[in-house]
Amino acid sequence: MTSEKIRVQDLNLYYGDNQALHDIQLSVKKGSITAFIGPSGCGKSTLLRTLNRMNDLIDNVRITGKVYVDEQNIYDNQVDVVQLRKHVGMVFQRPNPFPMSIYDNIAYGPRIHGIKKKRDLDEIVERSLQQAALWNEVKDRLKKSALGLSGGQQQRLCIARMLAVDPDVLLMDEPTSALDPISTLKVEELTQTLKSRYTIIIVTHNMQQAARISDYTVFFLNGHLVEASETNAIFTNPKDKRTEDYITGRFG
Amino acid sequence: MGKLSDRVATILLWFIGLSILAILFWFLYRILSQGLPHLAPRFVFGMPEEILPGGGVGPQLFNSFYILLLSLAISIPLGIGAGVWLAEYAKKHWFTDLIRLSTEMLASVPSIVFGLFGMLVFVTVLGLGFSIIGGALTLSLLNLPILVRVTEETLRGLPGSYREASAALGATKWQTIKSVLLPTSLLGLITGITLVAGRALGESAILIFTAGVSVSRFAPDFNVFASGETLSVHLWYVLSEGLVPDAREIAEGSAALLVLVILIINLCLALPFRYWYRRSSGR
Amino acid sequence: MSKRTDRLMRGVFIASATFVSIIIFSIILFVGKQGVQTFRDVSPAEFFFSTDWTPLENRYGALVFILGSFLLTGLALLFAVPFAVGGAIFLAKYAPSWVREILRPAVDLFVGIPSVVYGLVGLTVFVPWIGKATGTAGFGVLAAALILAIMILPTILSVSEDALRTISRSLEEGSYALGATRWQTIRLVLLPAASPGVLTGIILGMGRAIGEAMAVQMVIGNAPLLPTGPGSPTSVLTTEIVKDMPNSIFGSTVNNALFLMSLVLLLVSLVLILLIRVIASRREV
Repeated sequence: MTSEKIRVQDLNLYYGDNQALHDIQLSVKKGSITAFIGPSGCGKSTLLRTLNRMNDLIDNVRITGKVYVDEQNIYDNQVDVVQLRKHVGMVFQRPNPFPMSIYDNIAYGPRIHGIKKKRDLDEIVERSLQQAALWNEVKDRLKKSALGLSGGQQQRLCIARMLAVDPDVLLMDEPTSALDPISTLKVEELTQTLKSRYTIIIVTHNMQQAARISDYTVFFLNGHLVEASETNAIFTNPKDKRTEDYITGRFG
Repeated sequence: MGKLSDRVATILLWFIGLSILAILFWFLYRILSQGLPHLAPRFVFGMPEEILPGGGVGPQLFNSFYILLLSLAISIPLGIGAGVWLAEYAKKHWFTDLIRLSTEMLASVPSIVFGLFGMLVFVTVLGLGFSIIGGALTLSLLNLPILVRVTEETLRGLPGSYREASAALGATKWQTIKSVLLPTSLLGLITGITLVAGRALGESAILIFTAGVSVSRFAPDFNVFASGETLSVHLWYVLSEGLVPDAREIAEGSAALLVLVILIINLCLALPFRYWYRRSSGR
Repeated sequence: MSKRTDRLMRGVFIASATFVSIIIFSIILFVGKQGVQTFRDVSPAEFFFSTDWTPLENRYGALVFILGSFLLTGLALLFAVPFAVGGAIFLAKYAPSWVREILRPAVDLFVGIPSVVYGLVGLTVFVPWIGKATGTAGFGVLAAALILAIMILPTILSVSEDALRTISRSLEEGSYALGATRWQTIRLVLLPAASPGVLTGIILGMGRAIGEAMAVQMVIGNAPLLPTGPGSPTSVLTTEIVKDMPNSIFGSTVNNALFLMSLVLLLVSLVLILLIRVIASRREV
C-alpha cells in the first residue's frame, strides 16, 4: 500500500470543447522513475501538468476525476495549490532560469517559503547545486546572472532550483529536448542519483532515453493511456499492437 | 504569510483596476451629460458671438476638419514615404540610425514647441499669418512621426515571402511596394491614420499661435489664408479669454462635441480595425 | 520604363525620409536661435537661477517655471504611477476577460481625448473641490497634477501592460511550479523582468506631463510665483509661454525668453528620449 505515491483515477481533461485526456487510470510507485512516452499531442505533457495542477493557470481547462498524491485528492476544494507545488516540483522543456543571479535563482523558492537567514539559504543553495551536479562549475560565480550559463547548465540550475524547495515528486517535461548530447547525458545521470530519494516522472520523446533511465513506462496515444508496464516488459514484449508499432518506429 | 500578502494584493489590484474603470467612465459621463444638452443645431452649426450669449461653433467645427484634412494631405505622403524607405530600402548604417533617431525625437517634441516653431517659420518667416494653412502645416509635423512609425511597423510585419514572390515574377521594387506591400498593409495604415486624426483633431497648443483664435466672417470659408480657430482652441479661448457670458456652456458643448467626434472615429474605424488586426496577426 | 520609375520612386522615398529627419534639427535650430538671443539682454545666471519674472521691469528669471515644471511632473507621476502600474498588473494578470475587453479599449480611447477637455474637467471639477477643501480659489499645482495624472495614466498603463505581457510564460510557470503565490510571482519575477518596459512607460508619461500646455494652463492659476500650498496659483514653462506669447512683440526680450523656455522644454524631452534608448539597448544585452 505505502509503495504507491500517485494514483490517477478516471481523469478526463477538456480544453474548451476538445477532450485532451480520456479516462486515465494510473498508479505510480514511490521511489521509481516513470517515463511517459508517445507521439506529440498524445496528452503526455498535459497529464504531467495535472499532477501539480499547472493546468489551473490556463483558461478554459476543465478537469474531472481524481488525482491522489499520498492518498490525498489534489483536486479537492480544500487543497492548497501552493503547498502541493512545493511537494511536487517541475522542470520544463526549455530551461527557464529567472533573470537574476545563480544564487537568487536557487534561493527564490526557500525565500518565498519563509526562509530568511543567510546561513540557511547559503546551505540550501550549496546542497541543491551539489545534488544537481552543478556546484563545481558555478561555485565561483554564484552572484553572476544565471542567463550567462550554457543551456545544459541552465537546465541543471532549474533542477537545483526545484530541489531547493525540497519536493518529493519530480515532474520533468522533456527536460533534455533542448539540450546537446553531453548535457543530456549529465541530466540523465542526475536522474539516476536522485531516484533513491524522489519519485520521478519524466515525459520524453526519446524512446532510448525512456529505456535507459526509467523503471516503468507509460504509452499514450490521442489522449488515451494505451499501456503501462515495467520498462523492460514494454520494450521487449508490448501487449498492445499500437505500442509495438510506436516503439518499433512505425509511426510517431 | 505568503498567502496573506497574496490576498491583500489581489484585493488591492482589483480595487485599482475598478477605480481606473470608474474614473474613465465618470469622466466620459461627466463630459457627455453636461455637454450633450447644449448640442442644438443652432449651436453646432451657428456662428459664434463675441460678446452676446447664444453663439455657435459652426465655423470652428468646419475649421477643425478642414485643417485636419489639409494636414493629413501634407503628412500622409511624406510619412508613408519615409516609412517605406525605412522598412524596405534602408540598410543598417549611420544614416538610417540618424533618421530613426530623429523621427523618435520628433515624436517627443511637446506640442507647444511645435506651435512656436510654426509661428516662427510659417507665420512669420514665410509670412502666412495666423491662417488655416499655417495651422495645417504645423499640425502635419505632429502627424509625421506617428505615420512613419506605423508605416514601418506595418510593412515589417508582412512576411518576406510576399517580396520574394513578387520579385520572382520580375517585378521591380516599386511595383512590389505599389501592388503588393501597400495594399496588404492598408489596414494597418488606416489604423495609423485614424490614430493621427484623433490626436490632430484635439490638438490646441499647436494651433493657437499658427491658426489663430478667431474665425473668418464667412462660413464655410475654404480660403486657406483665412484665420482658422478650431473647436479645441475655441473651447480653451472662451474659457480663458472669452467675454461671452455663456462661456461655460459653450465650452461644455464643444467638449462633448469633440469627444463625440473622437468616439465616432474610434468606434467606427480605429478600434475594430485594431482588434481585427491584432487577432489576424496573431498578437 | 519601369526601371526608371523604380529609380525615381526610390529617390522620392529617400527624400521623404530625409525631409522628416531634417524637421527636428530645424526645430532645434530655429527655436534655439531665437531663444539664445535672450542672452543679449539677460545673463544665463539670471534666467536659470532667479525667481523674479517681471518683464515690465526687465527682470527675466525663469527659475519658478523650470522648478514648477519639474515639481508638477513629479507630483503627477506620484499620483499616476501606482495606479497605472497597478492597473497594468491587473489588466495583464488578474482581470477576467470581459473586464479586459472593456478596460483596454477604454484606456486606448483616453489617450485620444483632447487636452482641453481634460482642462475643462479640471476647471469645473477639481478646482472647485480643492477650493472648498483649502479655502482658496482652488487654482494651482494640485489641480494641475491631478488632471495630468489622469492624462498620463493611460500611456503608462498600456506600455507597462505590453511589457508584462511579453514576459515569457515559462518564467511565470517556473515560479508557480516552486509553490509561489501569484503575488510573489508578480512581485519577484514578472515586475523585475518587465521593469525596463515599465520604466519606458513612466518616462513617456513624464514627457507628456512636462510638455502639456493647455490643460495645465486652464487650472494652474498662472501667477509667476513658487507654489506655497496645494491651492496657490503658480506657473510652469508651458503655461507661461501660452500666457505671455500673445502679449509680446516678436523679437522683444520677453518673446525671446519665451523661446528660450521652449528650448529648455525641447531639450528635456530629447533627454527623455535618449534615456528610453539607453534603457532599450540595455534590455537587448
